[in-house]
Amino acid sequence: MATVGLQSIAKSFGATKVLGGVDLSIADGEFLTLVGPSGCGKSTLIRIIAGLETQDSGSVAIGGLGVDHMRPHERRVAMVFQSYALYPHMSVRSNIAVPLTMSRMTMRQRLPLVRLMSRSRREIMRGIDADVAAVAAQLQLEHLLDRRPAQLSGGQRQRVALGRAMVRNPDVFLMDEPLSNLDAKLRVHMRTELAELHKRLGVTFIYVTHDQIEAMTMSDRVAMMDAGEILQLGKPSELYDLPASIKVAQFIGSPAINLLPATVGPGGRVELFGRPLARAVEEPAGSAVTLGIRAEALSIGQADPGHGARASFSARLRRKENLGSEFILHFDLAGPDASGVTMRATPASAALVQESSEVTLTFDEGLCHVFNSAGRRLEARDGSSRNTIVSLKAWP
Amino acid sequence: MAETALPSGAAARPVPAGAMAARLLSLVAVHAVLVAGAVFMLLPFVWMLITSVKPPAEIFTAQISLWPKNFYGVENYTFALSQAPLLRFALNGLILCFGILAVQLLVAIPCAYALAKLNFPGRNVVFVLVLLGLCIPVQVPAMPLYIALAELGLLNTYFSMMAPFFLSVFAIFLLRQFFRSFPDDIIHAARLDGVSEFEIVWRIVTPSAWPAIAAFSVFSAVAHWNDLYWPLIVISDAKMAPPPLGMMFFADAETGSNYGALTAAATVLTAPLVIAFLIARRRFIDGVTMTGVK
Repeated sequence: MATVGLQSIAKSFGATKVLGGVDLSIADGEFLTLVGPSGCGKSTLIRIIAGLETQDSGSVAIGGLGVDHMRPHERRVAMVFQSYALYPHMSVRSNIAVPLTMSRMTMRQRLPLVRLMSRSRREIMRGIDADVAAVAAQLQLEHLLDRRPAQLSGGQRQRVALGRAMVRNPDVFLMDEPLSNLDAKLRVHMRTELAELHKRLGVTFIYVTHDQIEAMTMSDRVAMMDAGEILQLGKPSELYDLPASIKVAQFIGSPAINLLPATVGPGGRVELFGRPLARAVEEPAGSAVTLGIRAEALSIGQADPGHGARASFSARLRRKENLGSEFILHFDLAGPDASGVTMRATPASAALVQESSEVTLTFDEGLCHVFNSAGRRLEARDGSSRNTIVSLKAWP
Repeated sequence: MAETALPSGAAARPVPAGAMAARLLSLVAVHAVLVAGAVFMLLPFVWMLITSVKPPAEIFTAQISLWPKNFYGVENYTFALSQAPLLRFALNGLILCFGILAVQLLVAIPCAYALAKLNFPGRNVVFVLVLLGLCIPVQVPAMPLYIALAELGLLNTYFSMMAPFFLSVFAIFLLRQFFRSFPDDIIHAARLDGVSEFEIVWRIVTPSAWPAIAAFSVFSAVAHWNDLYWPLIVISDAKMAPPPLGMMFFADAETGSNYGALTAAATVLTAPLVIAFLIARRRFIDGVTMTGVK
């Protein structure tokens, strides 16, 4: 068990800057997820922690100790790869045993033929076999121990890769998109298994994924990365409820957040489609801002003045998506720069609207996010004592 | 395609007779070309086999016959085996081929791994040098090599026959191409597991390269089993001669015109290679197609 500390880690591949000074400190036993679009540097960062890549500048500490001079296996970290990276010509048993063979046996005891002369080898082998069996039992791999990786399914290979990582008793688990090669159903299942494994082992997990659902569901904290920088670090709920920038808001949450162009009016009041809302921001009047509204913050129907600050606008239903327990509704908006919005609806409320029909959508102003033109979050306050209703007549 | 659906869909969708005839015709044409090629390749071998069981009188008759009237095989083979140390030649060939191949692989596998998977300054320059090495025929360094071996008093030894071929740039090139497709993740995993680079090469990467190694082994063994040029230069003692040189010594002696015995000897000396190829055939083809080297 160990903490992990990163200090201004920078890395470039040739002229391409991949990481631009990343600082991060991870608590002992924490499950931290690095999430971000492909090419954001999250895999490079985890490889630097593992020692598989060397940073251009900055330092990595594991358990408070600088590990920059250490080779990968000396860092007491274990890694699970997206491709599982099992040794193809070895049985499952040997695959899991490799880290132990390497750490417990001398070169002489590993050499073919020569090893037959070593008497202590048998004793060590017995210990290794016992440890492999224990890990295999934890992962329900006992009946697969003599198979080759090619004879296993994706989920089984994943478990073997986990076993190979677990058998070393590492201080830190590094996982580089371990679920990306699994089918959707298995991914959901493995998500739970990994979270339970983390709870059981109690060691530090650093998990890389481009899937925001994995990040949201498993982690203690999430670091959202883009273009080699950490955009926001916090609990999953913080990233969802208080996104620090448009990029975070767009990436976290499915369906993606609705972004509507707005402007700042007199007194800092945000104006949507030319109508002032109740929210106000500290920005000069006339500057352009973006309003972010989550799909579940929208609802159908006229604004109810007695129900807090709710704004409304009208839209035309383009398409309904039935997910069984809920519907995703896609609406078109009028105007050149407002393309459309998506909304989550219960089957009951979805049944009330027909495709191509025009409805009024309302949203709770307290739940919407305001971003400035640079994409940073603006703190919005209540700018008016009365409730404002914005209505937009899109189709005459 | 209509052709591929023929067996099951014939009743539902009749195929015009013309199309079937055209397809048959193209099949026949393709096979005719392939058979002609095969005959062209195999005929010398067949002729060698037939001649080796013919009596001297029948070898020079005008009519072509595929089987002798008097089976003379026993006499020819006994003569060849008793008059020439054929088994000794074959043994020399084996020692030569295995010796060369073993050192070639010992050197080429780490080299190829380094060129394919390790990052070090000058890697590309080194690889270009390897490619240039492919362009130099063995005749070019023959003179200095001969002089060096003669000065060291190593002529007429196995070592002198093997030494020039210990470093195979072709093997380095072939294996490098193969290793490049080996997943980096597995190498990374091995490094994390504490496997040393040396053991990564021999225990992790090499086992997956068997098709390429088998392919190269066939190339190497065929080339050196059949090589006459270099042994002719460094070997003058018939006891050390590999098969082709041995055949030459044998033909030079009193057997010069005994073609039955000569072809019998040739058959005996060719057989191990053909058998070895038949055994390694599948892997050889895999290896050649996988590395894209034709």
